[in-house]
Amino acid sequence: MGSHGGWGQSKEFLDLVKSIGEARSKAEEDRIVLREIETLKRRIIEPDIPKRKMKEYIIRLVYVEMLGHDASFGYIHAVKMTHDDSLLLKRTGYLAVTLFLNDDHDLIILIVNTIQKDLKSDNYLVVCAALNAVCKLINEETIPAVLPQVVELLGHPKEAVRKKAIMALHRFHQRSPSSVTHLLSNFRKRLCDNDPGVMGATLCPLFDLITVDVNSYKDLVISLVSILKQVAERRLPKTYDYHQMPAPFIQIKLLKILALLGSGDKQASENMFTVVGDIFRKGDSTSNIGNAVLYECICCVASIYPNPKLLEAAADVISRFLKSDSHNLKYMGIDSLSRLIKTNPEIAEQHQLAVIDCLEDPDDTLKRKTFELLYKMTKSSNVEVIVDRMIDYMISINDNHYKTEIASRCVELAEQFAPSNQWFIQTMNKVFEHAGDLVNSKVAHNLMRLIAEGFGEDDDAADSQLRSSAVESYLRILGEPKLPSVFLQVICWVLGEYGTADRKFSASYIIGKLCDVAEAHSNDDIVKAYAVTAMMKVFAFEIAAGRKVDMLPECQSLVEELSASHSTDLQQRAYELQTVIGIDANAAKNILPADASCEEIEIDKDLPFLNEYVQQALEKGAQPYVTENERSGVLNISNFGSQEQQEAMSHSLRFEAYELPKPQVPSMPPVTLTASTEVVPVNDPYPIEMLHDPLSTSTQDTGSAELKLRLEGVQKKWGRPVYSTPPLPPVVPASHNTTENGIRQHDVAGPAPSKTHDVSYDSRKPKVEIPPEKQKLAASLFGGSSKTEKKPSTTSKVARTSSNAAEKSQAKSSLGSSEKALEKALPSQPLPDLLDLGEPTVTSATPSVDPFKQLEGLLDFSATSSLNSGEADETKMPDFMALYGETLTSGQSSSPADPPLTRGNDVDLLEGFSAATNISSLGASVTIQQIQPQKGPSLKDALEKDALVRQMGVTPSTQNPNLFKDLLG
Amino acid sequence: MTMIHFVLLISRQGKVRLTKWYSPYSQKERSKVIRELSGIVLNRGPRLCNFVEWRGYKVVYKRYASLYFCMCIDQEDNVLEILEIIHHYVEILDRYFGSVCELDLIFNFHKAYFILDELLLAGELQESSKRTVARIVAAQDALVETAKEQASSISNIIAQATK
Repeated sequence: MGSHGGWGQSKEFLDLVKSIGEARSKAEEDRIVLREIETLKRRIIEPDIPKRKMKEYIIRLVYVEMLGHDASFGYIHAVKMTHDDSLLLKRTGYLAVTLFLNDDHDLIILIVNTIQKDLKSDNYLVVCAALNAVCKLINEETIPAVLPQVVELLGHPKEAVRKKAIMALHRFHQRSPSSVTHLLSNFRKRLCDNDPGVMGATLCPLFDLITVDVNSYKDLVISLVSILKQVAERRLPKTYDYHQMPAPFIQIKLLKILALLGSGDKQASENMFTVVGDIFRKGDSTSNIGNAVLYECICCVASIYPNPKLLEAAADVISRFLKSDSHNLKYMGIDSLSRLIKTNPEIAEQHQLAVIDCLEDPDDTLKRKTFELLYKMTKSSNVEVIVDRMIDYMISINDNHYKTEIASRCVELAEQFAPSNQWFIQTMNKVFEHAGDLVNSKVAHNLMRLIAEGFGEDDDAADSQLRSSAVESYLRILGEPKLPSVFLQVICWVLGEYGTADRKFSASYIIGKLCDVAEAHSNDDIVKAYAVTAMMKVFAFEIAAGRKVDMLPECQSLVEELSASHSTDLQQRAYELQTVIGIDANAAKNILPADASCEEIEIDKDLPFLNEYVQQALEKGAQPYVTENERSGVLNISNFGSQEQQEAMSHSLRFEAYELPKPQVPSMPPVTLTASTEVVPVNDPYPIEMLHDPLSTSTQDTGSAELKLRLEGVQKKWGRPVYSTPPLPPVVPASHNTTENGIRQHDVAGPAPSKTHDVSYDSRKPKVEIPPEKQKLAASLFGGSSKTEKKPSTTSKVARTSSNAAEKSQAKSSLGSSEKALEKALPSQPLPDLLDLGEPTVTSATPSVDPFKQLEGLLDFSATSSLNSGEADETKMPDFMALYGETLTSGQSSSPADPPLTRGNDVDLLEGFSAATNISSLGASVTIQQIQPQKGPSLKDALEKDALVRQMGVTPSTQNPNLFKDLLG
Repeated sequence: MTMIHFVLLISRQGKVRLTKWYSPYSQKERSKVIRELSGIVLNRGPRLCNFVEWRGYKVVYKRYASLYFCMCIDQEDNVLEILEIIHHYVEILDRYFGSVCELDLIFNFHKAYFILDELLLAGELQESSKRTVARIVAAQDALVETAKEQASSISNIIAQATK
């Protein structure tokens, strides 16, 4: 079968591959590839290149691209090659274009025609090649060009063609579901195809279709169950067997579809119970594929209507998974637990010890999966333990993607289940401190709001205690270097609002701290803005309370510096601060009332306080205000807005000129929310966020969108870039109302009290109430000891996750002993080695259960032979390096002349081989040859290949003898 | 269904032996993915899980001799099944090349691609019978062989005629 060792390429290409193989660094490799690219660029445009030569160039392009370089200069030649009449070249052309081009590439239009032609070819291999290309290259726009032909091919006499046609339609459905909606019956028909391969392929599109619309396919349940039954009963041809399992890949696909169809449907599920039960019974837990099928059964059971017997069977498999030594199976066990936990919340409790082991496993993959399980089983009783664990892990990793995920999970759990305010604040502090830059800024705003509102209980004492503890913890944390910006914003805001509230800290102390923050983060304008506003609040509170405020010198210099800042927002805040310092107690009380961040702001839409001012201005001869509608005549704001919307929707090019920027004109017409906010940020990028928030909140509060428009009018009249109140002294006393609004608006930036969120928070609240019996076990992960739990120490261990090492080791030893007890209870535990996929060599040790290999007469490294050779191996080990060196130096002659040595070498390089599979000692390889005369023994093969390569003048073996290592053996 | 986003073959030295992308990735992204994943996969110790979570996906890998076969799938997919798809591919390669070794794949990567195209299509397993895959690959090779013979006989004729 296959053309052995036919390296049909030129010496030149072999040399290229060889030199790449021998490159010692990525840089060297890149140099070689770049040189090759230059060569190809030159050669490929030469006239009259023989076709075979061209084919090799194309393959070289594929090689270059595979190594991560740009071969786009040659794409067009690959496209041309698909036009060739010879299948040999056509196939290479199609291979290259499917590797080079994504479905949005411009060149695809040049291939569609060829594909159309090839789909009609008499030669089914040409049709197959074209269908492969269809699956990769045809996009939404080109589907109609090939669709009729592909549909026609569903009835092709060759099963290979029907199969690929099905896959192509599947792909079309993924790209553009509407393009194939009229063809869905074809998928049902193909389900009854005589060829199991076609039937199996049909399951792929069916799965997608059923995912989208379950109800239209309920009638398939009976047929699918019957197919699955037949497959499980080995009715399919033997060739579909895989490692003695009957068509396991088809079984898995069927189980996936049944899981969808049976979800939440008792009647449909009842049809499946028997067959799923059968598969569980027949399940072969000694092979990897058997476990894959069992796992799929568990997923199916977890999805369909619960059946006690099946759940029991699933639980049995899960406990087998978890007790296995294989990390892969443990992983599957944990994953299965989190799937079943919805239907059977107690199931995890039986496996407490195993879960905790997995949580402490050094393997990150397993650990993360376990955290996912814990996340799913978090309740108020175990939230502290779980979140603490998560945070510890979060701190220990560098992977930002996962860090973000786990941080947001911590926040979510803490918000949902927090047992106390104190704990909540501490938890949030930790999250912010270690992952502040990664969490959504909304989380920070939530935290501010929470501190401002308290925990929703009408308990002022508790609320103020919460705030004091927040203030204290923040003052402590401020000492730490490198705090994330979001966290600093929270800190500044809280210190401003509540820093002096309980009189524990003096105003100048708080202001000093805030100055430090602003100075230490001189390039973070947002933090500076928060700090300045916080200082302003502290000053205002002091003034309102009738206390004298000392202007600290550092504060003075900060304000001066900010007054000249490039950021107009900072400037404004600095000026406001200076103004506030100068006002009297009464004014201060009105501008910045203490602890009023949650109070609703009432806004008088008519701005009556301005009447006097306007009147004066008019008397002085100012022009009366003309509304924008009146000024602009026909073109009013509303159709401006709709035009914009249209634009946004169509995304098409606009050929006419833009309208004049409307918002420049002071106006009071009904403007949409978006339109008005767009106006503001033009001048300064920073205030956008901070101003936007309060604005939208104030609208929420009053429930009126018009509100804003008036503010906009105000802004323009005063010629200010932002919505804030001007710090003009004459205006302030005259207009308490708006002034208050203006400044408060800055303040509420973060914790804008949003009604909707309140509600959702309150609704979660009741969950925090812990039933007394659970309170006892609050610290334990699983909320109660289970039958399998033998040592109470486990519970205590879990309870004190952050406990010291001594405790831990103690707990560990007790864990170990209980584990032993468990093992004793289960003497029939399957041999772990057979299951362990995590270890590369085990597969080579598994052939005893591999029918394919047996059929092929593959080397059967039985455990005994490996054991026999084990000793010899160990003694040999040190020599191998020397041998390797020898091979390197003596190069050409040594490896073929001394075949067993080469094998030894190979093995030496394979790190991680367990003793049990160290089979390739000298003795072993000789026996192998004797045992396996018919399957071109790998050794001989390797020699042949070696000789061939040498013939070509390429000698990669000296560099890396591993290259000759039989991948399967 | 189990959508495979890409297949990577990387040697223990981090050299790329084969890449197949079923989801769209730009050349730049491809290089980044390869760099990142070879860093993760090659540095994992033995006896750990054969999967890693990576950017919201899962990468299933398995080492054969000095070659790592990696496939990237969605979070929710059956990883054991993917491991077996990898093994299935290796068995087919082994049958085709006769005790396949890394060197076979280095010099015949295009053949490895052709075989992969008969096994996976559009990121899904299209055929689970080894014999069926072997048969169609053999049919293609046979056709290629005849084409070669024809070509060489024609070139012989031409060569003789022009002598």
